[in-house]
Amino acid sequence: MNLTLFIWRQKRPDEKGRLERHEAKDISPEMSFLEMLDAVNEELVKNGNETIVFDHDCREGICGSCSQVINGVPHGHREKTTVCQLHMRHFKDGDIIYIEPLRAKAFPVIKDLIVDRGALDRIIQSGGYISVHTGGVPDANAILIPKEDADTAMDAAECIGCGACVAACPNGSAMLFTASKITHLAMLPQGRIESARRVCMMTESMMNEGFGSCGNHYECQAACPKGIKVQFIAKLNREFLKAVFKTYTPF
Amino acid sequence: MQFFKNTGGRKIVMAVTGILMVLFIFAHLTGNISVFAEPGSINAYAAKLHSLSLFVWAYRFIIFSALSLHVFFGIQITLENYAAKPEAYEVRRNLRSTFASRTMIWTGLAIAAYLIFHLLHFTFHAVFPVKHIDSSGRPDVFRMLVLSFQSFFISSVYIAAIAAVALHLAHGIQSSFQTLGINNERTFPVITKSGMLAAIIIFLGYIAIPVFVLAGVLRFL
Ligand code: HEM
Ligand code: FES
Repeated sequence: MNLTLFIWRQKRPDEKGRLERHEAKDISPEMSFLEMLDAVNEELVKNGNETIVFDHDCREGICGSCSQVINGVPHGHREKTTVCQLHMRHFKDGDIIYIEPLRAKAFPVIKDLIVDRGALDRIIQSGGYISVHTGGVPDANAILIPKEDADTAMDAAECIGCGACVAACPNGSAMLFTASKITHLAMLPQGRIESARRVCMMTESMMNEGFGSCGNHYECQAACPKGIKVQFIAKLNREFLKAVFKTYTPF
Repeated sequence: MQFFKNTGGRKIVMAVTGILMVLFIFAHLTGNISVFAEPGSINAYAAKLHSLSLFVWAYRFIIFSALSLHVFFGIQITLENYAAKPEAYEVRRNLRSTFASRTMIWTGLAIAAYLIFHLLHFTFHAVFPVKHIDSSGRPDVFRMLVLSFQSFFISSVYIAAIAAVALHLAHGIQSSFQTLGINNERTFPVITKSGMLAAIIIFLGYIAIPVFVLAGVLRFL
């Protein structure tokens, strides 16, 4: 099939970008979206033009590198699907596709479709860790954990940190990302030790990185390729309320 | 760390003050209902309220403080949120957000403008004044309401403002539960629907007076 693409091109972080028109010809419906872009890039190379730069790594939906905003939705219109797992059979011959980078103040564009998502790593650094014993290896099941709690922690740990939630949020908030990390650690006994400190440090870090506040629009959940639920944000808020009196002064 | 600077801290203030004002709105609504009883009863209700002056002033103080905090943080958070999303998408599709959720600042500011008008109108009688004393020597609230709302213009302003309040709360009530962490997958749909229902009750309850006056149901006999 043949497609018309409007792709964001931007040479440098400080340059003004623009949408550029490209034709994708003879695209097989078996291709993934990234393979389609590879094909477009091969054409560009053949003609001596500069290739379109985009992030990718695992191409199997687990690393979170491949974020692009496709026709106004991060990772495209398919539910719970990363761009690398989005197949061209979900598009029609003659479709017009707009491809833009994730947009947020905290995600400056590096080039074309690649943005710097280091801000998410810095949120993790500020509190996404636990204390562990040194010494001998503990028995595997020495700490008992209720099945439901383990399940919730695992659901939250599914977050691959792709930044789709930030891109989808009208406020450029990283609340779903932060909430999934906080829930994942707070649900487990090993994570309780730092829980009060963690929720404070991570929300402070989120603000300082230039992310907005959560307005409870829930666009994040709809865009998340892993289906992370906004109920984790309620969990973050509960953790925050518990921590307030330990950690905060009013002014 | 400073509570009033944290993203969560300020949202908690928004949610708590918002809920306080929702309670106020329901209290106000139950007061309004007396307009549908015999003509003198809302005058009696108003006179009774004003005789409890300490209570009234404490009440006003709490509501005014809640409103000020809510407006201050609402505007501050909205400006920060705009700054966090400096570049718009060329193409944008909303999946879960609602018209109500995306217009919180505009319905909020409309409510603020309306509140000023409402106080100037019925509390201070500075605009469109209709001041009468009824046969028992009390301020005639009933006559004031009926004469005011017989004006299509004044009624329209009130109905539009109540629509703004209803929209604000269609998102706001549900949002405040989420902000306060009182939410899980089981309760989420119930809370969302109850919030909507409360917004609809407020809308119908409040437009009842101007609509019934315009329709000629509420009038002087
Ligand atoms: C008078 C001017 C008002 C302004 C400027 C205003 C502004 C706002 C804004 C911008 C938000 C969204 C905050 C966010 O997304 O982070 C909000 C939330 C809210 N507002 Fe208002 N508002 C006003 C009046 C009211 C009134 C009168 C009520 C109640 C009757 C109310 C109830 C709420 C509630 C319950 C929320 C949800 C809080 C949350 O998200 O947790 N607001 N308001
Ligand atoms: S490239 Fe790893 S998730 Fe798409």
